[in-house]
Amino acid sequence: MSTVSQDKSVLTPAAFLIRGLAVGLVAGLLAFVVAFALGEPTIDDAIALEDAAAAQMTPQEVAAEEAAAAEEDHSGMVAVSRDNQKSWGLLTGTVVVGAALGGLTALAAAAVIGRLGNLSARGSTALVALLGFVSIVLVPFAKYPSTPPAVGDGETIGGRTASYFALVLISVLAVIAAVVIANKLRARVDGWTATGIVAAGYIAVVAVAAALLPSVNELGDFPADLLWYFRRSSLLTLMTLWAAIGVGLVALLGRLHDTATADANRRELAANL
Amino acid sequence: MSQITATPHGGAIVVPVVPLLKLGTWVVFFGLLAMLAIFFVSADQGAISFPAGNAVHEWVHDARHLLGFPCH
Repeated sequence: MSTVSQDKSVLTPAAFLIRGLAVGLVAGLLAFVVAFALGEPTIDDAIALEDAAAAQMTPQEVAAEEAAAAEEDHSGMVAVSRDNQKSWGLLTGTVVVGAALGGLTALAAAAVIGRLGNLSARGSTALVALLGFVSIVLVPFAKYPSTPPAVGDGETIGGRTASYFALVLISVLAVIAAVVIANKLRARVDGWTATGIVAAGYIAVVAVAAALLPSVNELGDFPADLLWYFRRSSLLTLMTLWAAIGVGLVALLGRLHDTATADANRRELAANL
Repeated sequence: MSQITATPHGGAIVVPVVPLLKLGTWVVFFGLLAMLAIFFVSADQGAISFPAGNAVHEWVHDARHLLGFPCH
């Protein structure tokens, strides 16, 4: 087997990126449908609780809150209606994040296709999407699960944001390192052993990182059932996004690679005549 | 089209790959763009504010919660 990277190949980074963006847009649309159908009812319930709590504040508390609000800079402050937030606003967010993650996943697939032993282009792409979901969503979710409105103190948003993205960064870097190391280990041990070793290494790295990073508990008396419904819908939204990215890219990149392989072999054959 | 796999004899089958050097510039370019896009949905006008105000935060509010980013 020989691996080649010819200048005339259709296998260009741009070809991968454009497919990633297209698949990401569609994945964002599908994620929006799931988020709207399953997530929005729980957000409405959480906001209703928040409003009910605000209605029970004493006049002194209300005055203190208004005084604090008056001190803040109000330039550029707008109010977006709930109808807009749960439709166009939500759609904007899922489509933008979908396109960004779709593009990144496609470029990551471009880096590994043809380089992971005899794993096919489709297999390599599916692996990248699966590892993306596990490292970007599942592992950070285990430490910092999604929180509905009415949960979370505005004072601690800076620290919580930093911790969350630190864990995402560590998790992604660790999974990239795991793939590179597994690929090198295959020279000495079989593929399953190499995979087992680096999987254990990845779990150890993220477990230590998660243990060292600060924990967050700002739930107060938020109802447990509503919290679970919200988190379940959030996870289903993210699963939809990544599943669509994975399935879409396996199909499109698989076909792209088929074409490139056929072209390369035709040229190889012509050169040998 | 059927899946083409390597033959034990080698040499006959060509598996095309993307040159890593060429891919690297695209990864840097699109990586920065993607991070900027994700920043506006995930963290802008929460932990860090640019521009001042709350318009971005308010607009993507529900997506920020449901996509699992810290909010409020």
